[in-house]
Amino acid sequence: MIPAAFDYVRPASVAEAVAALGEHGDEAKLLAGGHSLLPLMKLRLASPGVVVDLGRIPDLRGVRDDGDVLAIGAMTTHQAVVADPLVREHVPLLAHTTAMVGDPQVRNRGTLGGALAHGDAAGDLPAVAQVLEAEMVLEGPSGRRTVAAADFFVDYLTTAVGEDEVLVEVRVPKYGAGWGYRYEKFNRVAQAWAIVGVAAMVRRENGTVAEARVGLTNMGTVPYRARATEGALAGAPADATTLATAAEAADQGTDPPSDLNAQADYRRHLARVLTRRALEAASGA
Amino acid sequence: MSKIDPEEIVEEIEESGQLGHPDHHVPLVGQAPRRKEDARLVTGQTNWTDNIQIPGLLHAAVLRSPMAHARITSIDVSAAREQPGVIAAFTGADLQHHWAGGLPCAWPVTPDMKQPVHLPLAVDTVRYVGDAVAVVVARDRYAAADALESIDVEYEPLPAVIDLEEALTDATLVHEDQGTNRAFDWPFEAGEVDATFDAAEVVVKRRYFQQRLIPAAMEPRAVVVAPIAAADEYTVYSATQIPHILRVMLALVTGIPEQKLRVVAPDVGGGFGSKLNVYAEEAMALILAKVLGRPIKWTESRSEGFQATIHGRGQIQDVEIAATRDGRVTGLKVQLLADMGAYLQLVTPGVPILGAFMFPGIYKFDAYRFGCTGVFTTMTPTDAYRGAGRPEATFAIERIMDDLATELGMDPIELRRRNWIEHHEFPFDTICGLTYDSGNYEAATDRALELFDYDGLRREQAERRERGDRVQLGLGTSTFTEMCGLAPSRVLGSLSYGAGGWEAASIRMLPTGKVEVVTGSTPHGQGHETAWSQIAADALGVPFEDVEVLHGDTAVAPKGMDTYGSRSLTVGGIAVVKAAEKVIEKARRVAAHLLEADERDLDFAQGTFSVRGSPEASKTIQEVSLAVFAAHDLPDGMEPSIDADSVFDPENFSFPHGTHLCAVEVDTETGFTRIHRYVCVDDVGNVVNPQIVEGQVHGGLAQGIAQALYEEAVYDPEGNLTSGTFVDYLVPGAPDLPAFVTDRTVSPSTTNPLGVKGVGEAGTIASTPAVINAVIDALKPLGVTDMRMPASPERVWRAIQEANASGGSAGQAATGTTTLTAQAGPEASA
Repeated sequence: MIPAAFDYVRPASVAEAVAALGEHGDEAKLLAGGHSLLPLMKLRLASPGVVVDLGRIPDLRGVRDDGDVLAIGAMTTHQAVVADPLVREHVPLLAHTTAMVGDPQVRNRGTLGGALAHGDAAGDLPAVAQVLEAEMVLEGPSGRRTVAAADFFVDYLTTAVGEDEVLVEVRVPKYGAGWGYRYEKFNRVAQAWAIVGVAAMVRRENGTVAEARVGLTNMGTVPYRARATEGALAGAPADATTLATAAEAADQGTDPPSDLNAQADYRRHLARVLTRRALEAASGA
Repeated sequence: MSKIDPEEIVEEIEESGQLGHPDHHVPLVGQAPRRKEDARLVTGQTNWTDNIQIPGLLHAAVLRSPMAHARITSIDVSAAREQPGVIAAFTGADLQHHWAGGLPCAWPVTPDMKQPVHLPLAVDTVRYVGDAVAVVVARDRYAAADALESIDVEYEPLPAVIDLEEALTDATLVHEDQGTNRAFDWPFEAGEVDATFDAAEVVVKRRYFQQRLIPAAMEPRAVVVAPIAAADEYTVYSATQIPHILRVMLALVTGIPEQKLRVVAPDVGGGFGSKLNVYAEEAMALILAKVLGRPIKWTESRSEGFQATIHGRGQIQDVEIAATRDGRVTGLKVQLLADMGAYLQLVTPGVPILGAFMFPGIYKFDAYRFGCTGVFTTMTPTDAYRGAGRPEATFAIERIMDDLATELGMDPIELRRRNWIEHHEFPFDTICGLTYDSGNYEAATDRALELFDYDGLRREQAERRERGDRVQLGLGTSTFTEMCGLAPSRVLGSLSYGAGGWEAASIRMLPTGKVEVVTGSTPHGQGHETAWSQIAADALGVPFEDVEVLHGDTAVAPKGMDTYGSRSLTVGGIAVVKAAEKVIEKARRVAAHLLEADERDLDFAQGTFSVRGSPEASKTIQEVSLAVFAAHDLPDGMEPSIDADSVFDPENFSFPHGTHLCAVEVDTETGFTRIHRYVCVDDVGNVVNPQIVEGQVHGGLAQGIAQALYEEAVYDPEGNLTSGTFVDYLVPGAPDLPAFVTDRTVSPSTTNPLGVKGVGEAGTIASTPAVINAVIDALKPLGVTDMRMPASPERVWRAIQEANASGGSAGQAATGTTTLTAQAGPEASA
């Protein structure tokens, strides 16, 4: 539990951070809340030569109202997200889910950007970013670019963030009162990772499902959308039987892992059950 | 410098009011004064071993085997020696000639027990993942850890030995020189066992599994050794439960004479038995300090702790119970396979043997056969973990009582009632030869049922079953007793344990009337400083604040047997009482002299000696202390001291008991179990400090529930510990546990003058079977009849799937047989 030696830099701006990445190349690792990186370093599973600490860049923190979207600084802590009135009003699924991340210590240090950029499909927020159809703003040496959540999570612990780029902002569309939502987190002890998690959003119109979105946590190397379930519900009646039938397809196209907490077949079962429950709650059925 | 005038000092002290007569001493025993330990613990002013800084301190790091079983074909530490900051590096061969003996096992349970030599650093063979193979000493901890990567070791892999039954085939020997993996066979038999079972109307036979557990104390292990090289003297600071035993054992392992060793246990952050041991790193740090002539520190990382600190439990239990059809138990047979791990640590073989006496629990029957085979495996050594043998035994008897109740179609509590010892039968001589001192199982159970609303919950359970509710309710019962207050020395002797079970205390009366209590029982979180202050303050009639409790340093408290087995209060606390009695008798002589009265005419109450019939003629014990310090006017021939030592060796154990009731909600769709209600009524005799008792019960419950639902050390077939971090080894936190409902009945112990019984292990012992019985009760209508621990959601879900697949009678077939009718079919569906 003793990390290998490393250098440490603490840039005061995003430009300085990008410059540090340019200077050190693949030797450098960005440090946000540190809850994933530091354990990896202590176990010597990661031994970066340089740790670039984003903790003192004021521009990366805070939630901004930007018309149809909320622009959330990547270094905004989970606790700040949970408590933010704009988030609670316009993206309540994000506040609701973030309140279930880790424990109070984790939420006070951990950040939204860190949780997404780490790209761990067992984390709660990647699946939520998928159903919220958030956009990630990346800044590199040649300026900024925006990547949709659907394209952001590439593989196991791999995202679209380039080696010389910093995730600076998460842009989340505002959702009106017509949307119901729910995150079903299934874990054995409160502070543990989700064995499976399901994020659901449902927009109802006249007793039917106008639109349903379902995101799956820890069902493969990336956070999945349960597209078969979503497709089956579009325009369907918002009743319990319909939701349950649609939920039976929730694990289609996933590739869940087997580990000490759950074998793959059990995860598939959980995904179906939790999807039904999340849809029931989100649709008020 | 001014001249010191003793008379003037005496006057000053007298005028300061410190010797004032307390008007009335309110008894403290039974109260919960604010714990003396907590202010420093909660404000970070704690003296952990890892906080110790000594000029010139060097840091050791240990290279550990990544293989479960392998021959070391080559090992080269020369590159590590060249790393920056590195002072030295050693292999097992380099240090081999320094060991006067191997790491000790103090409990040879049979004369022919196999006891392989256990050197602190492996020399040619590694026998578990985490076995120490080399050590680096550097100027700081980081340099030492970095240098480990420069050590080159080549291993020739040998097959891992993971399965206990397979181990007994001796296909692969963990210790070739022993010729077998069978460490010992320990039998016990009383009564006509075969005849009882032949004649039995009902026999239920089961196989239960006690998974391995990882103690995971909050403070990892740590050791600092400070040498005085020129004198060949050493102070060993260690996060240990047993500084006194450690001192003796380190002398034997290293050959350093005992009187040259001082062992200090500073503040110690939990142990649960894991620090009741003599570890390789303690011996190594001592030898490194000797070889290098420099102070050495080693602090365990959490990852190391998972692999290299002892594990607990690890048993396969084959249990058979015989009974009449009307529910009278007639006999019990128990055959254990106990996982020793790779080596026998301090009391490894004794743990299941302690359990042997507890399988009969609180029940009366006339035939009992017990056998235990200790088995070597290529896993981390096991040893005492909270309860040590008694939780395993209690689990087995309380599980099989429930299974018997099911077979008989009887309420599990009614079955217990028909078999337990009734309160008028105490003292009760058990089939195992123990004498239970006192108890009232009826009262504790009745109170628990009332608090639990047993009947109401049974009604709710029936309704949910009727509805086919997705979330089913299950009720689980567990009663228990345990032998605690380890232990009468003659009993330990008869069980071949290598030491006695006494405890020491000293009381020193200071000139100002303040009191120092020195205890040989070393705390690691229990609250000795508070409880001993309460006892001494009451006995001597002095204020609670005036008592200071000293412990944990062999130079300060030279005599002790340390802390384990719920023994501190029932043995060490009694030593304090006995020492106080001696102080009072010595002080009485002085008081009589000062009052010019006959000793026999003095009463002692509220800290004051007074002449019977003329109470105005009196001396407080503080005044006597000062008079003894001055020594100007003492009885002829009396030494100027009223201090006293006492060593208390109990005549018998004490036997706390309790009834625990657990209601669980099991989500039959996901398999998730939530504790809905938990009630326990414990009887720990008289209580010195109810807050400490409550804390012990809560912590114990959490650990017992953890075994039932969460924790398991998992090894893969290659012998890798796959549950090697807290991500995979789940320790529950407050959010995962219910609000416990606790209460007590009081059956004072008859084996000690305070009437107290131990409480440190009670919650852990009782709660595990209560929870599992509840889970099985919830799933009974689905056809689930057994559940391996931990009852994880996936395990519960699979049990339900299997039961469904086999038409509602799965679960038990693979693990046991019954002689009565098959299980009922499903009464409710998921």
